[in-house]
Amino acid sequence: MNIPIYLDNNATTPMDPRVLEAMLPYFNEKFGNAASRNHAFGWVAEEAVDYAREQVAKLIGASDKEIIFTSGATESDNLAIKGVFEMYKDKGNHIITAVTEHKAVLDACKHVEKLGGKVTYLQVKEDGLIDLAELEKNMTPETILVSIMYGNNEIGVVQPVKEIAAIAHKHGALFMTDATQAVGKIPVDVNADGIDLLALSAHKIYGPKGVGALYVRRKGPRVKVTAQMDGGGHERGMRSGTLNVPGIVGLGKACELCGQEMESEAKRLSALRDKLQSALTVLEESYVNGNVDHRLPHVANISFKYVEGEGLMMAMKDLAVSSGSACTSASLEPSYVLKSLGLSDDLAHSSIRFGLGRFTTEEEVDYAVEVTKKAVTHLRELSPLWEMFKEGIDLNSIEWAEH
Amino acid sequence: MAYSDKVIDHYTNPRNVGTLDKSSHKVGTGLVGAPECGDVMRLQIQVDDNNVITDAKFKTFGCGSAIASSSLATEWLKGKSIDDAMKIDNMDIVEELALPPVKIHCSVLAEDAIKAAINDFRVKNGLAPIESEKVHH
Repeated sequence: MNIPIYLDNNATTPMDPRVLEAMLPYFNEKFGNAASRNHAFGWVAEEAVDYAREQVAKLIGASDKEIIFTSGATESDNLAIKGVFEMYKDKGNHIITAVTEHKAVLDACKHVEKLGGKVTYLQVKEDGLIDLAELEKNMTPETILVSIMYGNNEIGVVQPVKEIAAIAHKHGALFMTDATQAVGKIPVDVNADGIDLLALSAHKIYGPKGVGALYVRRKGPRVKVTAQMDGGGHERGMRSGTLNVPGIVGLGKACELCGQEMESEAKRLSALRDKLQSALTVLEESYVNGNVDHRLPHVANISFKYVEGEGLMMAMKDLAVSSGSACTSASLEPSYVLKSLGLSDDLAHSSIRFGLGRFTTEEEVDYAVEVTKKAVTHLRELSPLWEMFKEGIDLNSIEWAEH
Repeated sequence: MAYSDKVIDHYTNPRNVGTLDKSSHKVGTGLVGAPECGDVMRLQIQVDDNNVITDAKFKTFGCGSAIASSSLATEWLKGKSIDDAMKIDNMDIVEELALPPVKIHCSVLAEDAIKAAINDFRVKNGLAPIESEKVHH
């Protein structure tokens, strides 16, 4: 067992050695530009890209012509949202999304607002799911796009994508989903789910960083996005720029492996995750954040009340995990995702996200449980809030001096 | 973020963790911060008849720097008169623990806790609280 143990697979994943192996020839030996039509170097690269396109398409039930390669999910989100807004602005100027979306979606929507678009940010229920009735109520004839993520990066909650798509389509809007955390972890099928645009990333599924894709539906309806990167007209004019051939090959291989192993992996990981979760929720005053029935198999986000996340993580330095506490990130606000579930700031500050992955072993999970329990106990011994709680003092009755 | 060795030392082996009898008139208690902000410090001092701090205890809910700042504060308080203790400046803590700029608020909180504890003691013993006029950085 190697220390520290990596349990932050929602942030990024280590590359699978099989993916690396597939990529290597495309750095030097087969280095051609996939857009070079006049010689074998270009053909070899193009062939590799075409093959990868099929591998990606297959994982999400799409056709290869519907895959646009990008630099990652952030770019895919931007291209989808800004691109749809520009392409369909004669039809309407309204977009609906949710407050728990990734910043790539939220900030792209903010950009659309600056361009004169209207954006509705749906609140979520306290389990993290959106309220379908609320969505329906906000649909207008001006609504051109509904963008709701498939699985949440912080709490792992899986939205009712099929139902959301149906509502969007009923009102003549497109449905886009940021599926960065879901693709390769749970079955995603663009046709069964009714998805018109889908963002995915390689590095969340044991592929390389710096490459991702946007699925853009070609039939029923034929969806178009205005390019956000101008140049040589690559990727059917939707995304110019010389293709990142090794990266794309890696993304393709990563998708293929997920397709083959996802089902058994999901079972293994959810068993390990449940083991970790039940061992940790034995601790007093610990709470699982988000809906536990509609959740990605590998994620558990747990709040340990009366301890602060960053302090806690310091005591868990043998584990690489993530905290919703403000102190860990550049911003001073605790996680906006957790806050939007209605969690009070102190619970949001007390949260730890455990993200298991393909290379997580049971031994590591057992060790993580021990380390976390010890850390929570240590921090609670130091915590004046824990002492007050134990004495039966209502913390809300105290007038805190906010600073 | 990398922590200094001193922060890690205080965090791993915090000095003077505990609770003094807050109802005693010889004990001053300072409780500062707020759970919503991610840090709460409680600092307590035991003062003898010569107004010298003979014991100090703390408990802190917060990040490693907050815990280290309060742990260090208790070390510095012991043996000091309450007047000298009042002079402890947050920047001394910043320097001692090599806190980065984003963690300066932890030292501010520790200074506030010291002053709150001393004032609690003063008020309990019929002395006027000392208003701090300091503007924090």
